[in-house]
Amino acid sequence: MAVLVDKDTKVIVQGITGGQGTFHTAAMLEYGTKVVAGVTPGKSGQEVNGVPVFDSVIDAKEATGANASIIFVPAPFAGDAALEAIAANLNPVVLITEHVPVKDEIRVIHTAKSKGITVIGPNTPGIITPGAKQKVGIMPGHVFSHGEVGLMSRSGTLTYEIAAGMTNAGIGISTAIGLGGDPCVGLTTIEAVKLFKEDKNTKALVLVGEIGGDAEERAAAYIKKEYDLPVVGFIAGRTAPPGKRMGHAGAIISGSSGTASAKIKALSAAGVAIGSKPSDVAKLLKEAL
Amino acid sequence: MKLFEHEAKDIFRAFKMLTPPGGVARTPKEAKERAVEVGKPVVVKAMVLAGKRGKAGGVKFADTPQEAEKMAEEILKMRINDLPVEAVLIEEKLDIQQEIYAGITIDRNERKYVVIGSAAGGMSIEELAEESPEKIVKMHVDPNLGFQPFEARQMAIAMGFKGKQINQLGSFFLKLWQIVEAYDVELTEINPLILSKDGRFFAADARLNIDDNSLYRHKAIIEQLKREPVEQNERERLAAENDMAYVELEGNIACICNGAGLTMATLDSVVLSGGAPSTFLDLGGGADAERVEKGIEIALMYPKVKAILVNIMGGITRCDEVAKGILAARNDGDITAPMVIRMVGTNEEEGQAILNEAGIPFLKTMEEAASKVVELAKEVA
Repeated sequence: MAVLVDKDTKVIVQGITGGQGTFHTAAMLEYGTKVVAGVTPGKSGQEVNGVPVFDSVIDAKEATGANASIIFVPAPFAGDAALEAIAANLNPVVLITEHVPVKDEIRVIHTAKSKGITVIGPNTPGIITPGAKQKVGIMPGHVFSHGEVGLMSRSGTLTYEIAAGMTNAGIGISTAIGLGGDPCVGLTTIEAVKLFKEDKNTKALVLVGEIGGDAEERAAAYIKKEYDLPVVGFIAGRTAPPGKRMGHAGAIISGSSGTASAKIKALSAAGVAIGSKPSDVAKLLKEAL
Repeated sequence: MKLFEHEAKDIFRAFKMLTPPGGVARTPKEAKERAVEVGKPVVVKAMVLAGKRGKAGGVKFADTPQEAEKMAEEILKMRINDLPVEAVLIEEKLDIQQEIYAGITIDRNERKYVVIGSAAGGMSIEELAEESPEKIVKMHVDPNLGFQPFEARQMAIAMGFKGKQINQLGSFFLKLWQIVEAYDVELTEINPLILSKDGRFFAADARLNIDDNSLYRHKAIIEQLKREPVEQNERERLAAENDMAYVELEGNIACICNGAGLTMATLDSVVLSGGAPSTFLDLGGGADAERVEKGIEIALMYPKVKAILVNIMGGITRCDEVAKGILAARNDGDITAPMVIRMVGTNEEEGQAILNEAGIPFLKTMEEAASKVVELAKEVA
């Protein structure tokens, strides 16, 4: 068991003939992901790493029985690509692309919501379920080992850092989800906690947050009331100055809101053990489990 | 992209919103001319992309054109938030009946636009939210329908307006929404929106930020503005050109990493170890040798930098490529400050072999690397 991605996930790669699409299709296949089709309009009949290419998502789905999508389409066209995946009822839809205009993101997120489809991202490394050998994303698979901890994060490499620390400490992961670094993302922190709560095989959580917005505070309120298993957290950007975007579009302290200290305070009050360094996460998990 | 007040007001007027009569001046003489054209007492405002302009002395009132000229001269010499004032806006000083707040922004949690209004304008919305939150009216915009005229009227009613002002103010909100839609605006604020004694609504101030990710579809407006979308120094410009995220801070340790979260966490580690970061530099995913070298080069252009910490978590980024980049930077004589390297992950051993051979030390954990670089920065400083 896992969340959103399991052994039955069959993936379409949208934008498969582009540089990123081709590179990561190979990496996903190598890891074990069931990549069954690719889509690039006008290029049907071609193959990329042995994966057949189709002109449209619906063609690809009908020919292969795919049920999920990962999108590597450039930002100006990424919103349209996501809407195409949603129209074909693929679920989840993982939107890797960075720099998608927020107006397009809002349209995609709410269209998906009305159909009960989960959008992961945009600006995400994707999602990985090590136990099923399935990654729908761009993360290095080998740093994630199979186990019973659910991981959710707003960043990429910091997640790899923490996952590698867990793997070295002998702690495995049920599913790891990159929620995305943009201000508006599909799957939110609180929704991810709810998904993990329903998964019988997830026995603890790691929540990796960062400055900006109040997704962590909201998740904290939910954890306090509804989630009884151990949760360990890390918040990046404790020392970031206000008003500056720290790499991620969503990582910005506006006025007095979105600070790391407010997030740490809310999570601590909810019983979440907060590490001050990424390497603390594995240690705190050891203590909690 | 943040627009200057006068640029935002040009857009407002194109959407038939009233703004106080006046115009922009780049010299004291021009300011006098604008004041003569207005023919009434004026307000002289510094055109800078910074908040709290009034508190910094960047807004002054003048009764005569001579006075306006003198004030413009003072304001044009000022720096506000470390930004030079290159222009002033001269506008008629309105007879105020009421100051109102109107704005539209994005609610990150709802993932919707939210229209915000208050009959108690003038002070900042944050202050207002603290002091009298009950005076703030908010309405989320349906992502499928957009903001409707009846909702705009509801805003005005909820803010306490009556009679014909319901339609007048409603129409103001509706136009503001049309601008948000047309230009991918992520934040707009009119504070104050002035109801004049003769019963008309004027946008007396204007803040308008366009979503940077959408600029590719607004080329016409950027061309009209005849300026770069963002004010940047040379280093910021170079970093942006190379698609690297770059932020300058007040300390002396440059952190060069891959990934925004990891870079933030590295800055935090430096502070935890007693140091102060000067630079947030995110190389992004899959950086090759050339990119690493470029990153080091840009970081070293900032005079505050006394030591460098390179922290790489290899995923798509390969440690051997990173090592080659560091080596190239050293061999070109680019590295003028002590440097600490920490890299793990993909091709870690190959990368470490390259550094070993070149006699460049590296560390295995972030904590060790952070405390080492802090130590080195202290020695140099």
